[in-house]
Parts: sequence; C-alpha cells; structure tokens
Amino acid sequence: MSPIWLILAVLGIAVLGFVAGAARARTQADGDYSRLHSRTGYYGAFVFVWASLPALILLAIWLFVQPLIVDRVVAAQIPAEATEAAGSASLIHGVVRSVAEGLSRLSSTERHNLDIGVVAARPLIASKGVALAGDVEPYMIRAADTLNRLQAAGTIGRTALVLLVAIGGLVLSFLKIQPAMRARNSVETVVRGVLMTASLVAIMTTVGIVFSMLFEALHFFSMVSPINFFFGTVWDPRFAAAGSEGTAGQFGFLPLAWGTLYISTIALLIAVPIGLFAAIYMAEYATPRVRSIAKPLLEILAGIPTIVYGFFALVTVGPMIRDLLAIPLGLGSSGNNVMTAGVVMGIMIIPFVSSLSDDIITAVPNAMRDGSLGLGATKSETIKRVVLPAALPGIVGSVLLAASRAIGETMIVVLAAGVATNISANPFQEMTTVTVKIVSQLTGDLEFTSPQTLVAFALGITLFTVTLGLNILALHIVRKYREQYE
Amino acid sequence: MRDVIAMDADQTAPARPARQNFGLKKRYAAERRFRIYGIVAIVSGLFFLVALATSIMFQGFSAFRQANVEINVFLDKAIIAPNGLVTYDTLMSGNVFRYDDVIRNAFAAQLGIDAKDKGAARTAYNLVSKGARIQLRSLIAGNPELIGTRQKIWFLLDSNVDAFLKGHISADIPESRRPIKDRDITWIKSLEDSGALEMKFNTGLFSFGASSRPETAGVGVAIVGSMYMMAIVLLLALPIGVAASIYLEEFAPQNRWTDLIEVNINNLAAVPSIVFGILGLAVFINFAGMPRSASLVGGLVLTLMTLPTIIIATRAALKAVPPSIREAALGVGASKMQAIFHHVLPLATPGILTGTIIGLAQALGETAPLLMIGMVAFVADYPVTPADPATALPVQIYMWAGQAERAFVERTSAAIIILLAFLAIMNITAVLLRKRFERRW
Repeated sequence: MSPIWLILAVLGIAVLGFVAGAARARTQADGDYSRLHSRTGYYGAFVFVWASLPALILLAIWLFVQPLIVDRVVAAQIPAEATEAAGSASLIHGVVRSVAEGLSRLSSTERHNLDIGVVAARPLIASKGVALAGDVEPYMIRAADTLNRLQAAGTIGRTALVLLVAIGGLVLSFLKIQPAMRARNSVETVVRGVLMTASLVAIMTTVGIVFSMLFEALHFFSMVSPINFFFGTVWDPRFAAAGSEGTAGQFGFLPLAWGTLYISTIALLIAVPIGLFAAIYMAEYATPRVRSIAKPLLEILAGIPTIVYGFFALVTVGPMIRDLLAIPLGLGSSGNNVMTAGVVMGIMIIPFVSSLSDDIITAVPNAMRDGSLGLGATKSETIKRVVLPAALPGIVGSVLLAASRAIGETMIVVLAAGVATNISANPFQEMTTVTVKIVSQLTGDLEFTSPQTLVAFALGITLFTVTLGLNILALHIVRKYREQYE
Repeated sequence: MRDVIAMDADQTAPARPARQNFGLKKRYAAERRFRIYGIVAIVSGLFFLVALATSIMFQGFSAFRQANVEINVFLDKAIIAPNGLVTYDTLMSGNVFRYDDVIRNAFAAQLGIDAKDKGAARTAYNLVSKGARIQLRSLIAGNPELIGTRQKIWFLLDSNVDAFLKGHISADIPESRRPIKDRDITWIKSLEDSGALEMKFNTGLFSFGASSRPETAGVGVAIVGSMYMMAIVLLLALPIGVAASIYLEEFAPQNRWTDLIEVNINNLAAVPSIVFGILGLAVFINFAGMPRSASLVGGLVLTLMTLPTIIIATRAALKAVPPSIREAALGVGASKMQAIFHHVLPLATPGILTGTIIGLAQALGETAPLLMIGMVAFVADYPVTPADPATALPVQIYMWAGQAERAFVERTSAAIIILLAFLAIMNITAVLLRKRFERRW
C-alpha cells in the first residue's frame, strides 16, 4: 500500500474505533449517563486517538528511516573502485536507482534474457522509459536488485506493522473503556500536545531555513574562501558544467551588495518623505472622512503583487526614465537601471512607512500636543518639536522594516534592474542585486556540487541574516516605544 | 496703589502689539507649507496607484478581444484520412499538417485567390493562426461524422493581424518595416466586408496553457496550478495556524520559550519571500525528493509563508473575545478545552477567516519562491494531480513579461488584470466578512 492509502486506512480504522468506543460507553452507561465520567463522544475520541496516533507516528518514522537503511545496504554493494572512478557516491546512487526503476518494469522473460546476457541492459531499460546516462555494469544490476528487494520487503513490512499497531491500539483502548475512566482528560491532554506541536512548526521553519542554507553555504565556503566571497569585487561565476574544475569562477559579493544598497537607498529616498508626510497629514490634519478613504487606498499599494510592480517598471517606468532622463543626460541608454528599480520599489514601500508611522503618531498622547498648543505653538510647530521627537523611535523602526523589505525584494529588481554587475555611482546604469543573482543561479539545471549553484545559498544566508537583523532591531524599537505610552 | 496700577498699565501697553506680530506671518506661512507637503505626499501616493492601474488597464484590456475568422471548409476525406480510418485515435495520431491543406484551400477560395497561385495561398494562410490545424484536428477527431461535409468554422487569426486590427500596427509605416503587408491589408478588408472577420471575446486567454504563439497562449493552466496551491495552503495553513494560535494564546505559559516562539513568528512574517523558496528547494526537493515544478511543493512553501499571517490574525481574533465568555463557560462546568472549542473559537471565526483570506491573497500573488522550486516551466497541459508539473498565475506573468512581442505585452497586462481581479474579490470578501460579523463587545 502506498503511504497515502495507508494513512486513509488507518483513519478508517480510527473512525470505526470512534463509533465502537462511543457505543461501548453508551452500553455501559445503561441509560443512566451520569454514571459516566465523560460524555460518550470522549470515549469514542479516546479510541480514535489510540488507533490513529501511534500508527501514524510509526509510519512517519518508518518513512524516514527506511531510505537511510536501504541506502546503506545498497552502498555496501557498490565497489569502492567504482565510486572513486565516478568521483561521487551520489552519482552512482542515482544510476542504481534508475536501473532499479527500469528493472522493476521488466517482464519475467525480458529479465531472463537480460540475466543470460542475450540483450544489453541499457537499451532494454531505455525501452521501458528510463533513460540512463552511462553503461550498466554488473554490480549495478546486483545493487539495483537488492534495492528493489529491500523496498518491496519494506513496503510489506510497513503496511503490516502499521495496520497491526492501528488495530492493536483500537482493541486495547476499546477494552479499557469503563464508566469511571477519565476519557475527557486524556483526550484533552493529547489535543493539547497536538496544539503545541502546531506552534512548533514556526520554530521548525526558522530552523529549516537556517540549517538548509547553512550546510550548503559551508559546502560553498569549502570551495571558495569567505574572504574572496565577502571582499571580492568581481562577480563572474562562469557556467556550472560537469568536470569543469579548471574554470573556477569568481564570486565577489561587493558588486551585488552595492547594487542592493544603491537601489534600496533610492527606494527609501522616495518612500520615506512621501510615507512620512502622508502619515503626518492623515494623523494630524485629515478629517476622519478623508482619512478613512486615503489610508486604505494607500494600503492597496502594499497589497499589489510585486510581479505587477516589476512589469510596470519594465514596460512603463523604465522606458520613461530612459527617454526623459538617461538619454538626455547622456548617462545611460537602457530602461533597466538602478533608477527604475529604485523608484518603483519606493512606490511599493510607501505604505510600509505610512501605515506604521501613522499608528505610531496617533499613539502619542494628546496631553503632549495640548501642552504645546497651549503655549502658543502652531500645529506644525507642535508636530515638528513635540510629536515627531516623541514618535521618532517608532518612525525609525518603520523605516528599518521598509528597508528590510527593499533589500529582500526580488521581482522588481529581476525585471527592472538588469543582470550586469557594476560598481559605480551612475544611477542610470544597469546594476544587479543579491536577490537577482539568487534567482539566476538557482533556475535552470542544478548541480548541488558546483560552487555556481551553492553560491546562491551563501547569498541567501547573507540576505537572511541582514534582513533578520533589521527586523529584530525594528520590532525591538517599535515594541519598546509602544510600552512607554501604554 | 493707583500709581502702581497706572505705572503697570503704562509699561505693558506699548509693548503688546510689537510682540504679537513677531514672526507670526512667517510662522503661519510655515504652517501652510507643512500642510501642503502632507497633501502633496498623499496625492502623489494616490497618483502612483492610479498611474499603475491605468497603465495596466490600457495595455491589457484589448487582450480580452481576439480577431477570429469564419472559414467555409470542405472536410475532404481524401486529405484528412487518406487511409480511410476515422476513429478518434487514428485521427489524433495522423499528421497534423494535413489540416493545413484543408484550411489553406478553403481560405484561398474564400479570398478569391486563383487555385493555381500556390504562393499567394500560402501567404494568405499566414494570416490564420498556426493553432488552426490543431483546433481542426481535435474538432474532427471528436466528431468524425463531419468528414466529407462543408462546415463554417471560426478560427483564430494570427497575432499580427490581431494587433493590426486593434491599431497596434499602423498602416502608415513603410511596408517593409511592418509584418502586415499591403496585400494582407486588402485581404483583411475583404474579409471584414464579407462579415467573416469578427473581434470576439477572447475565451482562449482563460483556457489555453503556455504557447510560443501569442494567440494560443492563455492562463488556463496557470489558474489551475494556482488553485491547487491555494487549496493546499488552505488545508494546511488554516488548521496548523489556528492550532498554534490557540496554544500560544490560551495555554502557553509565559516564559522565555513562548517569547522565543512569538518573536520568531513576527520575524518570519518579515523574512524575504525568496528565502522561503530556497528552503523549499533545499528541504522539499533536494532532501525529501519531491518533484520539481509541482504545485504540491509550491503549496507547501506558500503554506510556510502564510502561517505567520494567519497566526497573527487568529491570535488577535482570540484576544478580542472577552474573558467573560470563557469565565461563563468555566463557571457552568466546562473544561478549559471545552470553553475554547465550544465558545471562544466560534466567536473568533470571522476574524480568523478574514486573516486567512488576506494570507491566501498574499500567497496567490507571490512569485519569487515559486521561481526557486522550478515553477518557471513551459506547461501546455492541464495538471491532473498536484504532483504534476504546473505553473502559477504570477509565474506565467513573469514568463510573458520576458517576451518581446507586442501581443505578449498585451496578454501580460491582461493576466495581471485577471490576477488583480482575483485579489480584489478575495480582499473585498474579507472586508465584507469583517463588516458583517464584526462584534463590538
């Protein structure tokens, strides 16, 4: 049985258990339900939990452990010389897996012909729809046979054991049902455990992000030294081709960092003044009516997918900046430039600045405003001298959050910033960013052993660290500030 | 005493007017300027919004119409099924170029081209989409009884003709530099006069998959892929998110561990989306061996991205339920679990659903993580299961944005309009839900 059917079967058994458990509790109550500790449904749920949970946990462990064991046994059958000749064990492993796949599709006569050497293995397997990269050695067929045998045995063992545990759980828990049994309490303990596990998913995600990138990044740094990566000024990864040992590319991070920072700075130069003044106007001057219209409209800007901004930059803003600014000024001739990406990204992050700043300005206590106005200050003087200084930490926090958004933004820069790496001050030149290079290194054919692919993980973890730092700082500032006035 | 008062009056009286006027004009001017800055900021923000919307609308709305031509075709059995077999399978496996002959002959006859002038017939046939032969083959394979009859069938016209009819290609530029020649124009005119040419609603835009020809390219496959992903996100993120929120809000002890989870969730909400894509590539594809380009993996990655949004919204909704509800339930003997699942959770449902819809809308528009897991694929067939290769609406937009032809620019904008329409529907639903069920305690 495939895992999905097995899960469905276990759930089916568990549902049966629910019905049976509830029925048994009802019989034992014998019409007087006050004799039961819990309501009948809880007795049913008790059987359901014991029938399904242990079986499903066993299945999960089995699915995780079986490939590890099988791989180890199969690996023992591959001669060491073959591994050395191919250069990597995972390569041979892949071939063996394909051979096994092909062998499992052969009929018994075809198999017999293969064993006595009448037909060659490679074309025969290819005719079954499994294309192989190299020739099939005898040891590969032996290993593939072991693989198939172990997997077939594993599937049978898995199905039998899981179903046995499910039925066993059902029977044992069913027999345990008694009027005095505290079914509700034990079911609630299990539910509580499930709730807690769900809250761990968030932690697991972070751990997954960090470890998945860390391992591959360390792998990368074993090939390219961190000093060359972080302080290199040339980005030229070359192509990832099998056996191209000699053409090691250069992976300088600085041009990417410069492009990222330049574009983010332009974006912030646009978003911060507009967002801040919009927030001040909405919080201090606007009538409730104007505010209730303008605020959601500005927030629409944050809800538009970034791919839409990217297309807008590519088709509308880029050509406009090229024809109106770059060519007349003689600074560039392409619509893909730092300015285009920066301006459009600035538009995108306006609401990040305006909404958060608006909340923070509104949170400044009115007593402070009244004091300033009472001393004869005008409204704008009150805002500039009293409200803004009081709100400053929160505003800084919102700007930091916007900056982290800008640094991690991908689609706008992929479509509008270009792919050439440049370190220059000219805003009408093509430049590229960290995210653009992650996309270009990780699309297309991947080989997880070449630095050309692995560099994306090094870039990814750098990006993650920087944005995480900005976020933690920003959230810390905003939180601390909020507590001050609450 | 009287002297003192008089003296005071004498001293203060002359000073007052001078102090009152000191810099007041300047200060009021500064006040007005400051206000104007605010108005300018809001207006420019709204201007950007309007500019974005109108630029997409103007480029995209013409893609919802597509030029079609009605051709009176004679379905000659000698050409279509020279071997005489007319079952579905033999027709579908037959040479598709046979149908070119059928349509070309009929089209040339309709335009009054001399049957011997093969060159002119071939040039004229270029006006019809290259997808016409496939359309005719599937039509005939499904209805073999049509063979040998004369039928009036609507075919798509080539994207250049379409662009010409929509005015994207001007007849004023020199003939050598436009794809539609003078002779083509006279043919188009004659088709228009005879009523065989019509601009129809572009249904293909919603039903076709990826194609290198603009007129047969559509977002149908991408919409199915996106729907699969949304279903997976809903099925996984909603239960996990609600369960996690209940634990954090109602059961978790206040300690450093809980604090860590909270900070962690807030940070996950702000992690760049591309990082989730790298996670998906490394864990789901590379480690767990799931297929590339599948909506299953896309759905899992988007689930992880959407979880923080749902958790934050659900916790706010749970917090908004007043403690008196819990206390009343506990007071009549409910356990804590019963109080939450029977009373608090139902009251928090509207808030949870609103947060979920907003999270789904975010996930629907997300592109970058999907690029990482290989959704950038040329997929022309509808995916049957979530494990089949598929593409997503925003990824389709990304792929079309890279195409240079004018017809693809138009279609990209149309796809964006479709995407934005979905997002608008979801967000409006969320707002209405909140308005309808929001309770003030």
